[in-house]
Amino acid sequence: MSAVPDILRILPEVLLTLTGVAVMLTDATQPTERARRPLGWVAAAGTMLALWASLAQLALPMGTGFSGTVETSVFTVFFHALICGLVLVVLLLSLDTLPEDSHHQGEYYALIVFGAVGMCLLTSAVELLLVFIALEISSISTYILTGYRKHTARGPEAAIKYFLLGSFATAFLLYGIALIFGATGTTQIYEIAHLAPTATNQSLILAGLGLMLVGILFKVSAAPFHVWTPDVYEGAPTPVVALLATAPKVAAFALLMRVLYEMLPSLRPVWSPLLWVVAVLSMTVGNLAALRQQNVKRMLAYSSIAHAGYLLAAFAGLGSSGIAAACFYTAAYAAMNVGIFAVITVASGYEEKLPLIADFRGLIYRSPMLGGLLIFFLASLVGIPFTGGFMGKLASFSAAAEGGAFWLILIGLLNSGLAAAYYLRLALAAAHRPAGDRPAASTPQVGIAVGAALLFAVAATLALGIAPGGVFDAADASAHTLEAPAAVSSPPSNAVVQH
Amino acid sequence: MTAINNSILTLILLVPLLGAIAVALAPDREKLPNWIALATSLVTFCLTLHLPAHFVVGQSGFQFELSRQWIENPAIFYHVGVDGLSLWLVVLTGLLAPVGVVASWKAIRERRKVFYALFLVQQTAMFGVFVSLDLILYYGFWELSLVPMAILIAMYGRANGPRAALKFFLFTFIPSAPLLVAILWLYAQTRSFDFATLQAAIAHGDFGSWPLFWLALAFLFAFAVKVPIFPLHGWLADTYCEAPVALAMIVAGKLGLYSLLRFHIGLFPVQARDAAPVLVGLAVVGLLYGACLALVQRDFWRLMAFAALSHLSLITLGIYGLTLTGWEGAVYQILNHGVVDGALFLLLGVLYDNYATSEIAEYGGLARKLPRTATFFVIASLGMIGLPMLGNFVGEFLILLGTFTGVSKGWAIAAALGVILGAAYMLWLIQRLFFGSESELALSKPPEDLRRGQLAVVWPLVVLMLAMGVVPGLWLPAIEGGVRLPQTTEQLKEQVVPQPLSPQPAAPTATDEEGPQ
Repeated sequence: MSAVPDILRILPEVLLTLTGVAVMLTDATQPTERARRPLGWVAAAGTMLALWASLAQLALPMGTGFSGTVETSVFTVFFHALICGLVLVVLLLSLDTLPEDSHHQGEYYALIVFGAVGMCLLTSAVELLLVFIALEISSISTYILTGYRKHTARGPEAAIKYFLLGSFATAFLLYGIALIFGATGTTQIYEIAHLAPTATNQSLILAGLGLMLVGILFKVSAAPFHVWTPDVYEGAPTPVVALLATAPKVAAFALLMRVLYEMLPSLRPVWSPLLWVVAVLSMTVGNLAALRQQNVKRMLAYSSIAHAGYLLAAFAGLGSSGIAAACFYTAAYAAMNVGIFAVITVASGYEEKLPLIADFRGLIYRSPMLGGLLIFFLASLVGIPFTGGFMGKLASFSAAAEGGAFWLILIGLLNSGLAAAYYLRLALAAAHRPAGDRPAASTPQVGIAVGAALLFAVAATLALGIAPGGVFDAADASAHTLEAPAAVSSPPSNAVVQH
Repeated sequence: MTAINNSILTLILLVPLLGAIAVALAPDREKLPNWIALATSLVTFCLTLHLPAHFVVGQSGFQFELSRQWIENPAIFYHVGVDGLSLWLVVLTGLLAPVGVVASWKAIRERRKVFYALFLVQQTAMFGVFVSLDLILYYGFWELSLVPMAILIAMYGRANGPRAALKFFLFTFIPSAPLLVAILWLYAQTRSFDFATLQAAIAHGDFGSWPLFWLALAFLFAFAVKVPIFPLHGWLADTYCEAPVALAMIVAGKLGLYSLLRFHIGLFPVQARDAAPVLVGLAVVGLLYGACLALVQRDFWRLMAFAALSHLSLITLGIYGLTLTGWEGAVYQILNHGVVDGALFLLLGVLYDNYATSEIAEYGGLARKLPRTATFFVIASLGMIGLPMLGNFVGEFLILLGTFTGVSKGWAIAAALGVILGAAYMLWLIQRLFFGSESELALSKPPEDLRRGQLAVVWPLVVLMLAMGVVPGLWLPAIEGGVRLPQTTEQLKEQVVPQPLSPQPAAPTATDEEGPQ
């Protein structure tokens, strides 16, 4: 149908799948006593290749492949690059922190890569059934990764919780898709956008949208669908949390934008106030709960809920400026969160020797670099200028300002003042002179792979704060492709069943 | 020369930052970080001296201006420049940096790299606040200035650093949330963060009075906490107690006072005039309250904190008296306060380094043991009290004169009473620390008096105090040109919007009083 071979439209996904299969098969055929660490490097190399392939897709003309199910556009490339970058950082982080003797290392790397396939596909799918399949691919991988530490009590508990609640949420999404199919007779997103305004059964579409939103908001851990987050973050190994907190959420945010702005922009008067409420709830609930946490990972879990709220504030913006702000915030959010979890992984190790905030006391004295990085990422989360976190908040709130949502901004900014309190508790603990009576904990070692991961995260967070021009432009371009897709790519002329 | 004039402010911003990076990368050998920081701060100070050397007095508008687009959408510019208002504040900041390094020389014994790197970042942030003419850039530096301060208070706090740091950070950070909302609101209306553009838009009457009321309140609140203005001074005493000497001498005052003049009065002259009676009242209360509390403190850091509250309130009084004389005096007094506080903190730091306590009662009779410290402390205290011939006298005189003629005689008399109380607590402090019988502590060990390095910074400060008292004409003309700016916008505003019964007749003195010379 189009001059571009379909396979090029999903090249990054294909490369990632091949990498995953290669890692899995090699793992199975190698003798058990051989080290599995090289497989991690293979996975990282494959991810880099996929990152390159995503960027190369910019050269393709924007359009769809495989009978209008997969799209390539600036939007998809933006999110593909983001997800591949995140997965790369997590792989590098895992390479140095996973214990050498742990079995199943091969499947760990394979699962991360397979998860990445699902996440990437989620951002480029323009067919709701493919969306569902992509979401399942990414979810199932992350369910298994959550329970990776089988010998602890918390690991399997977290995995089961995540799995049960997660599948429940996916069921909601599927039910929503079914209802929308019932109302419009199609699952192709462009066609739904075309047919939805004139469909006879509007209430069916509304119900479908509501159910889909439940599923997606669960994935981005926005209140009131957030309850799984702290337990899962606490139980999962920290490098896995670095993944969980970023890449799947990035993908889910992309899906949210696609569903709201591309599929059902006509229902804006309905979903806009809904998201306003969700944004305010997420910020407030996340921050209030985070204030009371003693466990670092639980605190950061609640912080990520609050950040989902700040991001959703961008959806109060008008049209493309709102999407652009949301895209930018997603990037900033991802960079600083993967960074802080990386620092925590290195500082407290795979065995999590420092679970509590108080345990981080004196980190800057033991390791000025790690302590400094921790404070840097916390500053970005607080929203201190010249970091990605500030620019993200600025973009998100100025989009909301254009939409006239000043109460939302005021609530958001007061919330970020509140949030400073708990971020600061961790930062100040790290800056506090270590207590004299306790033996100093050992200085954490930073390997090459982890060093590269940290450097990558720091560079991204700083670049987003100091020279955000390029990413702003990319976000703008993505927003435009999302806003007017029908103009650029014509939907395939399948038979449309009208009820 | 134009090339240098265009880039001088950028250089002033960059050099401390580069110094910080150099400190961070250099090996952690004995005193190496100290020397790098000292060299950086001296170079920066020399760079700041370029400004008054090439500043054209009498020329309206900003000088040494540079404007480059930073981000296209939202339209944020890297726009810097100074006028008479900020000129000397930049130089003061440059001057206090080497003083701070010398004051920390012996006090900071561990993790020197972290300390000096962050100290230099703090310098950049403070310069940035004074020279930024784009509101987001300004806000950026404003917030940035909190971070090194909070970390350093937490790391080097004397007894309970983290708690004081948290208090300091939250006290300043939370009020800046409404400030950012206000800035974003202005942007949503005008599509600009530029100071001059916004000033013109507001003066032109583009906005209703209710939005302006809330905007002005948001700006005022954020700055008032930072100054601090009574009753928002809750963070001040703890911060003074815990902060390392080098930071305590810069934490309060000038950032907030400058911002009040530039952004509150500069952008919202009408709202500022409406709020002025309240602020004048609070200033006088703060002045007396601070002085009374300073009288009863047992800890000399806390005493300095309340003394600062008292002095800063006097400056606030000068600002919200809304007279040209008062404004001149206020800006001049910010400079004086910076110099005198710098010297006093340095000297108290010497006492603290020697005896590791700030309980005033533990001290006594030190004049014989620490003759140089005692001498300079007495001189600096006299400066603080406002002895004629020293800088503070000129500033206080101008402020009180402006208040007396332009606001009300009652407030001026009350303020003068506060100034007298100021003499009481400082003289009493001198007596308790340096005179009387030698305390057990003073006898316990031979103290170390001012060393050569410290003398090298105390001497210039003392000379400066004297110079500022004897020839204020060196400073005042530039300042006068700077403070005329808000004045003119106010007159402009009066023409556009006829003012109904304003509660404060704010009669600006038409004649320009010079200093008492």
